[in-house]
Amino acid sequence: MMANTVEAEGQLTPEEQKRLTADMHRSLRRKKIGALFLVAPLLIFIMVTFVAPIASMLYRSIDNPQVLEYMPNTSAALADWDGNELPDEATFAALVTDLAEGRKNYTIGKVATRLNYEKSQMRSLIMGTARKAGKLKPPYKDQVIKIKAGWSDIDNWKVIKRESKSLTASYYIAAFDMETTPDGEIKMLPEKERVYLAMLWRTIWMSVLITLLTLILGYPVSYLLASLPMGIANTLMILVLLPFWTSLLVRTSSWIALLQGQGVINDVLVWFGLVNDESRLSMIYNATGTVITMTHILLPFMILPLYSVMKTVPPSYMRAARSLGATPFTAFYRVYLPQSVPGVSAGAILVFILAIGYYITPALVGGQSGQFIGNMIAYHMQKSLNWGLAAALGVILLVFVMGLYALYSRFVGNNNQMSLR
Amino acid sequence: MENSASNEAFVRFDGVQKSYDGKILVVKDLNIDIPRGEFLTMLGPSGSGKTTSLMMLAGFETATHGDIYLDGQAINNVAPHKRGIGMVFQNYALFPHMTVAENLAFPLQVRKMGKSDIETRVNRALDMVELGSFGDRRPAQLSGGQQQRVAVARALVFEPELILMDEPLGALDKNLREQMQYEIKHIHERLGVTVVYVTHDQSEALTMSNRIAVFNDGVIQQLAPPSELYEKPINSFVAQFIGENNKLSGTLQSTQDGVCKIRLSTGEEVTALDINTDGIGKESTLSLRPERVFLDPVEGQCDNIFKGKVEEVIYLGDHKRVRMNVCGHKDFIVKVANSTDNKGLQVGGTSAIGWSSKDCRALNPA
Repeated sequence: MMANTVEAEGQLTPEEQKRLTADMHRSLRRKKIGALFLVAPLLIFIMVTFVAPIASMLYRSIDNPQVLEYMPNTSAALADWDGNELPDEATFAALVTDLAEGRKNYTIGKVATRLNYEKSQMRSLIMGTARKAGKLKPPYKDQVIKIKAGWSDIDNWKVIKRESKSLTASYYIAAFDMETTPDGEIKMLPEKERVYLAMLWRTIWMSVLITLLTLILGYPVSYLLASLPMGIANTLMILVLLPFWTSLLVRTSSWIALLQGQGVINDVLVWFGLVNDESRLSMIYNATGTVITMTHILLPFMILPLYSVMKTVPPSYMRAARSLGATPFTAFYRVYLPQSVPGVSAGAILVFILAIGYYITPALVGGQSGQFIGNMIAYHMQKSLNWGLAAALGVILLVFVMGLYALYSRFVGNNNQMSLR
Repeated sequence: MENSASNEAFVRFDGVQKSYDGKILVVKDLNIDIPRGEFLTMLGPSGSGKTTSLMMLAGFETATHGDIYLDGQAINNVAPHKRGIGMVFQNYALFPHMTVAENLAFPLQVRKMGKSDIETRVNRALDMVELGSFGDRRPAQLSGGQQQRVAVARALVFEPELILMDEPLGALDKNLREQMQYEIKHIHERLGVTVVYVTHDQSEALTMSNRIAVFNDGVIQQLAPPSELYEKPINSFVAQFIGENNKLSGTLQSTQDGVCKIRLSTGEEVTALDINTDGIGKESTLSLRPERVFLDPVEGQCDNIFKGKVEEVIYLGDHKRVRMNVCGHKDFIVKVANSTDNKGLQVGGTSAIGWSSKDCRALNPA
């Protein structure tokens, strides 16, 4: 660029220097604008269809509008309440107004559902009172308590006051198997009621196991593919990619046919007398089924990055190591393996991130013990309609994966640059 | 006699054949004896079997027939890492994830040497190739020539008695290549190791070698010291492959005491040395080096004298290359020293040319 200006004179005067810098910036700016135009359509598409919905979904994990919006009078009245004794008559009046209004507008159900996440029986307390609120005359306090004795319990009022803020941490607290006591203390749920942490932990260790299995199965295959002549390697590559071209459901279903109690594998084992007909192996609708099926489904995601990295390692490195006196094992361990590390880490991170968010396969073949956190998120999205909790679980998963990726790029990313020429 | 030869040979190929597909022989019946300390070059066009022969010696390919001996031991079934042969590869094959010093230490570490011993030897090897301060760099941070020197140092650091080099200078530019040729030659002279060197570059082979084996079609065409190979090629392939060569083809008329007469297709008769002809009446190709042809030969200097028409004169500073039409051959090249005598060489002009029958060799038809 600007070769004639620079080469004509060895030394530039400050003025020329300045002009050159300005010229360069101008030409670069034009380039940058051009680049922006090239990516603009995709950028807009992603912003509209992906980033915005995801952001709004994630916002739901802290969004808490129900009480504030649909019980505005009660929220205002409770703002100054000290929480030591039952609220005064004015607060009860506000409650009755809100409940009657809410029932008329069909919004009170949302408040009831929301509050029920925090404390069971809140739903029936709200709904039961709301049904009669329209007919009440002042003074309200005793009448309301007569309808539902729960209104004499300070703890219920505390929950309403706590959730009358527009943002809440309660979905995250629930996602970590914790609860907020009426006194505002956050503590772990009783052992029996804990669900999500165990499931998150299971998701992580099973994903690690699946990643390890794909690595153990994929590494030798990739090595073979990378060392074979092009023609044969391409043919074998089709076999690796074949599962890609088959529907995920078909692949999962065929594993059901293979692995189930009356399935092919059990039949063969029984036929050979290796397994008793009464004690057929249970290889599906449990964690084993999830691991086997997902290992198969995710295997290509391990093989492809491994293969592409191994393809770039010239065979002369191994030969050089052998000629220098290294046994085949030492040559592999000290020369080949370190150079395939970028492929191993790329494949591992890819498989692990895919596995940790999987939910179709665990849903179909996982039974009880093979469910992933993704299944829980789907459940809250589709069945319980507790989107806030689903969003909170999603955020936790996302943060975990991003943290992992940060570690990866920090340690392996730098290493990559050093080991690649 | 044959017995003593086999005792002297440090490396010996004995009737070695190699085929990759079971149909075509890439190496056909290879026999060479390489004495200790020799610099032997395997020279040939690509696909001639020279690299395959080297790989068989290194242990990366197995001979389909015949035996390879190293220091009197058959090594066909010895794994590469147990042969103790240093090797320099075409693209150096320096391990990119190790520093220069780690690369050099590698062959010593796998031999389980002590740490301080390794350090001494690595430093000595680095000094030998004048890269003493480069130990901590990675190969990618070095220039091509420096990488080349590290590769040589790594092949030498464990003090093998035999070094194999597979076109090690192929990736360097011309100047650097010439400089490295001398460096490798000097290292060889200083250490006295045996070197088997593979190249397709004939000037490289002529510069460095004690002996050159010219390969073609899986067969050694000629195995001789550089000067003999250039001046006394024994067949048309070698004459054509090494250096510049004028070819004249004709039929053998008579032969007596190693001197023969060849009649060219245009009718002229040439006297030449009978080196490799098939018999009276058979085709033969004459080989004649351009610098052995004289313009306006003095009486008695040449026993072959013809007329030639100048087609083209190429000025090359110290000499001129004159392309002439001689006996119907339009690409007959004569090298003329750039002296004042022949300033008058004009394109289109005619000149008498001549050569001695001792410089003209009758070979097999090409």
